[in-house]
Amino acid sequence: MTTQFLSRRALLAAGGAVLVSGVSGFRVPAQANGLAATKTMRGGANNYRPGAPIVERIGGGGFWMTGTVRRAGDGAPLASQRIQIWAHTTEGHERDPQSHGATLSDANGEFRLEMPQIVPAFGQPHGHLAYDSGDFKTVFLRPIMPSAQDTSLEVHFVLEPA
Amino acid sequence: MNGNSRTRTILIWAILAAALAVPIGAAAASPLLAWRQPVYIVAGFAGVIAMALLLIQPLLAGGYLPGLSAFQGRYLHRWVGACLVGAVVVHVGALWITSPPDVVDVLLFRSPTPFSVWGVLAMWAVFAAAILAALRQRLQLRLRTWRLVHTSFAVVIVTGTVVHALLIEGTMETVSKIVLSVLVVGATAKVLADLRIWTLWTRRGAKR
Repeated sequence: MTTQFLSRRALLAAGGAVLVSGVSGFRVPAQANGLAATKTMRGGANNYRPGAPIVERIGGGGFWMTGTVRRAGDGAPLASQRIQIWAHTTEGHERDPQSHGATLSDANGEFRLEMPQIVPAFGQPHGHLAYDSGDFKTVFLRPIMPSAQDTSLEVHFVLEPA
Repeated sequence: MNGNSRTRTILIWAILAAALAVPIGAAAASPLLAWRQPVYIVAGFAGVIAMALLLIQPLLAGGYLPGLSAFQGRYLHRWVGACLVGAVVVHVGALWITSPPDVVDVLLFRSPTPFSVWGVLAMWAVFAAAILAALRQRLQLRLRTWRLVHTSFAVVIVTGTVVHALLIEGTMETVSKIVLSVLVVGATAKVLADLRIWTLWTRRGAKR
């Protein structure tokens, strides 16, 4: 067995990974039994518009919001869950109705919705997502893009029964 | 005024004008402006202008600007201070109109954005420094005490504003933002040292 030093870089990377997975929810149900529900983020519900329509695409597209919806505890993928998405983009502000749209998760619990490019607003390039259909507890997320140049953002929901 | 000192005067004012104009001009060229409505643009620029005014204030307080008498310097310091209060009010007010829930979160210290706390801190310090200046006659504080308190608020304003601005990904261009930050901190530090603001507290200063 070789001895490996835990370098500062490795430690930072690991810490960063923990932070990222903490922010976006657990990506892989390594131990499905203990999968904790995603917590609502501060500011997540800001400029939320209830009942945003399910759309093929928000505006002209060009940016992909993707992610998964799973059940707390066993991590089972949740199909047909309605996820609402809004952001400040090249085509509108967070408050504008045309900046809002919703999509449904597929049989694998995955969702993806094309939308206009998110641009930095209120100091950070960020998006908003909501689950609020009632079967599970409502969750509002406000993920921050690692870079304003990114053209996609991955967000994960782990829902617990309401 | 001989030729040399006139050149020096022109040079100093030209440098100051550039130090203020470059970051504001760079922000005006930001691509983000294309995707913002007018009230949001006004909010951003009020913030940038407020930060630029923070460079003028210590220079006036320290009497570093050539061609101005001490009286003129203080008179202008008061007016620039009033403009600063106005710029902060426009900055926060216009952001409020742009996105009310985000600003409410910021003012209640529950915003997810780390830079906002520094901005709120600087805002209250601006108001406190201005109120203190307005009530200066009535409070009848000793000059040294008054100056110490007013300058303490100034330190909070400068620190809060610089950290606030540096953490924001917004319309300000990065390099000009850093340069302006360094200049604001440098000018404030120089006036603190030159006026020996802290002599109430430091022994070395008290002996002088």
